[in-house]
Amino acid sequence: MKARVFITLKSGVLDPQGKAIHHALEGLGFSGVNDVRAGKLIELDLADGTSDSEIEDMCRKLLANTVIENFRIERLETA
Amino acid sequence: MKSAVIVFPGSNCDRDLAVALELITARKPAMVWHKETELPEGTEFIGVPGGFSYGDYLRSGAMAARSPVMRAVKDAADRGVPVIGICNGFQVLTEAGMLPGALMRNAGLSFICRPVPLRVENSQSLFTAQYDAGERISFPVAHHDGNYQADEATLDRLEGEGRVAFRYLDQCNGSARDIAGILNDSGNVLGLMPHPERVVEPAHGGTDGRRLFEGLLETVA
Repeated sequence: MKARVFITLKSGVLDPQGKAIHHALEGLGFSGVNDVRAGKLIELDLADGTSDSEIEDMCRKLLANTVIENFRIERLETA
Repeated sequence: MKSAVIVFPGSNCDRDLAVALELITARKPAMVWHKETELPEGTEFIGVPGGFSYGDYLRSGAMAARSPVMRAVKDAADRGVPVIGICNGFQVLTEAGMLPGALMRNAGLSFICRPVPLRVENSQSLFTAQYDAGERISFPVAHHDGNYQADEATLDRLEGEGRVAFRYLDQCNGSARDIAGILNDSGNVLGLMPHPERVVEPAHGGTDGRRLFEGLLETVA
């Protein structure tokens, strides 16, 4: 079973990397970009039966720093 | 003073800190590998050094904060043993939940490596008793992720409780309220981005860091 964890900065937290990406996009001539926020995607290959609460626990204890980051879990159906 | 310096894979200021501690306390600190589950009997001071523990994987300090030795460090801090986290050590202590807030990428995105002027905000702490309140000192910084951030309520609490130990005098890395170093609520844990251990003898170009360790020695020993 696979799951994806998306980690994003909380709104209001300054994102220097996002700002730099935004600036670079503008430098390339992409003028329609209003804002850029950079985050992380972590893919987990998990034992079958791993519960949502276990994955949430992983996020809270390590994958995300909940002082500054939010996380969202997406389970992928195995083909 | 019986001190211990924690060593993670990727620490690179552990020896600088050990040399400074030996110079000032006349006793070699124990170098404690991150896989240890206990600190040497009778440890009176713990240093979490700078560097790039675990290559800054995931977030600076994130992996180190979860390593076995940190449980022993937390227990010791809870018993009142003074703990200092310098640079990556500060990041480790915030990630371990021993200090509030987080250290993010520098606002200008650049790695900053230079001496910076600081103001001693609290001269009553274990670590700062030998400085004068408001004194201007200079410690070097060398970091990429030193941008201290916390929510407004936490920042207000830190200020109100005198837990901002050092503040940057010039805009340095984007830190909220120019905070360079903070104390925990019991005052025995200090985290700071600048490096006091790099300014302890004249050959370093300054000796402003010396009094931090001398003050500790006086209080602890």
